[in-house]
Amino acid sequence: MKFGIMVSEGPYTHQATDTAYLFIKAALEKGYGVPRVFFYHDGVNNATKLTEPPQDDRHIVNRWSKLAEDHGVDLVVCVAAALRRGIRDENLAPGFRISGLGQLVEAGIQTDRLVVFGD
Amino acid sequence: MTETTGGVELDEEMSGVIKKFMFVNRKAPYGTIYALEGLEVVLISAAFDQDVSLVFLDDGIYQLVKGQHTKAIDVKNFSPTYRALEGYDIEKLYVEKESLEARNLTVDNLIVPVEVLTSAEMAALMTEQDVVISF
Repeated sequence: MKFGIMVSEGPYTHQATDTAYLFIKAALEKGYGVPRVFFYHDGVNNATKLTEPPQDDRHIVNRWSKLAEDHGVDLVVCVAAALRRGIRDENLAPGFRISGLGQLVEAGIQTDRLVVFGD
Repeated sequence: MTETTGGVELDEEMSGVIKKFMFVNRKAPYGTIYALEGLEVVLISAAFDQDVSLVFLDDGIYQLVKGQHTKAIDVKNFSPTYRALEGYDIEKLYVEKESLEARNLTVDNLIVPVEVLTSAEMAALMTEQDVVISF
C-alpha cells in the first residue's frame, strides 16, 4: 500500500500539518510506502527554513526535513502557491523541492490512496 | 538503483493509467484562496487525461453563481474560467441539491450547466472515485 499525501494548511496555525506528519510516521512504521507529500495553499509555509519556533515547541519544518532524510519522502511544494507566499529556493528547508501541480496529480495516479490533510 | 522514497519509488511512466479524480469544492469563491487554487489543480489534471469530476457543495455553490463582481474587493473574478472547463474536456459538473436549496438558488442562477444530485447520490458517486481532493 502506497499513500500520497497533500497538506493544505500552514504550520502552527492549523493542526492539519501535525496530523499529516503523525499519519505518515505511523504508516511508515507499519511498513507502508509514502513516496510523496505535496504542499499546497498555506501548506507551502511548512517549507521555509526561516521558521524558528520557541525552544519548548515542536519544530514542524525540521521534522519534515528529518522525514525526508530518514525515509526518502519526496517533499514537494507547489511553485505557484509558494511564489504567492514568498517561498522560494533560497529559503527552502532541506528535503523540500519546488515543483508544479502535476506532481500532485501524479501522486494521485501512482499511489493507492491520496489523503488530504486540510481544513 | 535510485534512492527509495518513503519505502517505494514512484514510476517514471504512468503507462496510460486512467483514474477517477473528483475535486470537491466546498468554499465560497472569495474570502479564502481555496476555490481559486483548487481550480488551478483541476486545469492541470486535464493535462493528465484522467476521468475528472467536479463537485460543488456547501458554500462551494457560490463559485458558480452568475453575476460575480469583484472590483470593489480588488480581487480577480475567476468565474469565467468555469465556462472554459468544457474546452479542457472537463464536463462532469455536479451540484448538491440540498446546498442549492439551502441558499435559495436554482440551476438558472449558475454560469455553467450542471447535474444536480442529492447528498445521498453525491455520496454514492464519491465512493466510485479513485481520488477525491477537497478544497
